[in-house]
Amino acid sequence: MPTSSDNLMKPIIRVQNLAKEYTIGASKSAPASLREIFSGVVRSPFKYLRRNGRAANEKFWALKGINFEIEPGDTLGIVGSNGAGKSTLLKVLSRITEPTLGRAELYGRLGSLLEVGTGFHPELTGRENIYLNGSILGIGRKEIERKFDQIVAFSEVEKFIDTQVKFYSSGMYVRLAFAVAAHLEPDILVVDEVLAVGDVAFQRKCFGKMGDVSQRGRTVVFVSHNMQAIRSLCKKAIWLDEGQLRAMGDSDAIVEAYLQANASHEAVMAVDEVIASLPPDPNFQLRHVSLVQDALPTNLVLSSKPLDVVIHFSVLKKTPGLHVYVELLDAEDTVILQSINNGDEPEPPVVEAGDYACRVTFPAEFLAPRNYEVVVRAGIANSRSCLPVPVRLPFDVQASGRVNRAYPGYVTPGKLAPLLNWETEFSPRKRTQ
Amino acid sequence: MLILDVQAPSTGQQFETTQFILPEDPLIVVEPSKAWVAVNLRDLWNYRELLYFLAWRDLKVRYKQTVLGVLWVVMQPALMAIIITVFLGMVAKVPSMGHVPYGLFAYSGLVLWTFFSGAVMAGGQCLLGNAQLITKIYFPRLIIPCAVTAGRLIDLLIAFVVLTMLMAYYRIALSWSILLAPLFVVLLVLLALGLSMLTSALTVKYRDIGIALPVVIQLWMFVSPIVYPLNLVPGQWQRIYALNPLVGIIEGFRSALFNRPLNRWALAASVVVTTVLLVYSAFAFRRVEKCFADLV
Repeated sequence: MPTSSDNLMKPIIRVQNLAKEYTIGASKSAPASLREIFSGVVRSPFKYLRRNGRAANEKFWALKGINFEIEPGDTLGIVGSNGAGKSTLLKVLSRITEPTLGRAELYGRLGSLLEVGTGFHPELTGRENIYLNGSILGIGRKEIERKFDQIVAFSEVEKFIDTQVKFYSSGMYVRLAFAVAAHLEPDILVVDEVLAVGDVAFQRKCFGKMGDVSQRGRTVVFVSHNMQAIRSLCKKAIWLDEGQLRAMGDSDAIVEAYLQANASHEAVMAVDEVIASLPPDPNFQLRHVSLVQDALPTNLVLSSKPLDVVIHFSVLKKTPGLHVYVELLDAEDTVILQSINNGDEPEPPVVEAGDYACRVTFPAEFLAPRNYEVVVRAGIANSRSCLPVPVRLPFDVQASGRVNRAYPGYVTPGKLAPLLNWETEFSPRKRTQ
Repeated sequence: MLILDVQAPSTGQQFETTQFILPEDPLIVVEPSKAWVAVNLRDLWNYRELLYFLAWRDLKVRYKQTVLGVLWVVMQPALMAIIITVFLGMVAKVPSMGHVPYGLFAYSGLVLWTFFSGAVMAGGQCLLGNAQLITKIYFPRLIIPCAVTAGRLIDLLIAFVVLTMLMAYYRIALSWSILLAPLFVVLLVLLALGLSMLTSALTVKYRDIGIALPVVIQLWMFVSPIVYPLNLVPGQWQRIYALNPLVGIIEGFRSALFNRPLNRWALAASVVVTTVLLVYSAFAFRRVEKCFADLV
């Protein structure tokens, strides 16, 4: 970003020891109506006096001791699980709610986009709502007049601009709302998960617009559960965990750390139960199956690293033609590929009795960011299956590292996303005059 | 989900990288607010356009699907005035102010009353009604009750046109005292605004206010000199009666209109009560404003 060296030193947002305390069930335990005050005083006058009219509510810190700085032109992503304080942080920064402690200094105009279509009124026409919504977002009337045609063109609802918004389809409504928001030009833009609306094409348009905003040297703070969006739009990220800042840094690193910490172990446990409940087989006993990445069992997989399926089994007596194999299924149960442990042999081998441990590896930069299932099966060639119930291991892949993706918001349509090598030769066309 | 064109959408604009010269001092400081600052006037001024649009929305939405539209603004007090003139003026023979025809007398009071009751009733619900807005975006919350009052004020100005026509019809002689009339309107607006702030702030915590308000407003009409003149109240009670701020405002407005002597005690009481109420309401509003987004 072509900012002066002086500015590089200086942050545009400085957050110091910011904290926000909420009272759990504030509306419940504080008297909701006058009658409750009266009845409360009558029923337990001493308790009421002791409390001095204030209910001793349970309190909790939605944010605690948050410190960070953002330099102008940076795009900061905020990641964290539900209830980690992401939205609270955005609300405090955009002055919707006050912090309990600490402060944040903003060295620029801030525009917040926590929802698209804030203040849209169904009775008003599209045109009227553009002006109304614009003024709510802090765009002056003159500025809206200047950008009006641009906004309408972006929203793709030209024909219905003088129709009441209540007659719009939800898609049209959202497009119009986002169009206004997209023309907001503050120094700092704060965005909550508003991009999760509209069809895929429109989402891409929105991502494109957000990219524009940051490329123009504006500062963007962005909350999303879509890790791919964070990675592609944000240079830096912070990770909030139970109201505290757990890590801050390069967005790729933060996203990976966050994802790995959140891989659930429940699925792993479930597989063990399935294995334990399998009916006994005279020849074959499955002992353990797991998905392993970075030497840890997981069900949340990064596409940039290889993924192992580890299978432990025992062969109870010498069996000709015994084989173990895995299948990769997509979310629609379509078999994408199948791989057999001794598939390279010219004919089914005779398998000796004993304990076996197999490791089958899916290479890095091979899986697409989508849901899959690995199914483990075993059988005796030309005879029977050894596993009446196939063992299924569902898992999610998150895009990381080099991804076969050209533009922010672009969704890979294929079932797999191996990184393919492209070689392009270019010769400029000669001008004929 | 098949995407054929991979081209990032072009916005038809060139990237113009803005070079920031960061200000020395922060533009905005987010921190726990200080209790003694009630109203940030500069902030309010910066958002004046929003005030305009919200008032405009209020007006537009109110009359969007009505057949008579803005005509209702005139019809509402006019119908009341006709009914009251027939029953109170003709049947019950309630006196008017001096020689002023009773119909005109009643209409002049009802115009102000319609504005006042409408503004306070709508004002009481204004914060809850705009919860969606308040939890999603920052703006000085005071804009909301201000916009509600402003929207009703436009109604009042339209109703004044009819009042002028009525005065012309009854051939009321104009005098310089009429220049005082706007003063009473300003006082009334401040009173309505103060009450809107107070009731809307209280309604957030105690929903009872929303139910009690219509009853209180109804009663208020009877203890205000709207369909009867102040001097109908027994002399020894008049001073206490005038603690109702509407007394000074409505009586004063009529005195200005019809060139009658001004009741100074009532006017002074109105000014004091309105000012105290406005200041108190501003603080009450401020207190709720801080945690409003957390409460709804």
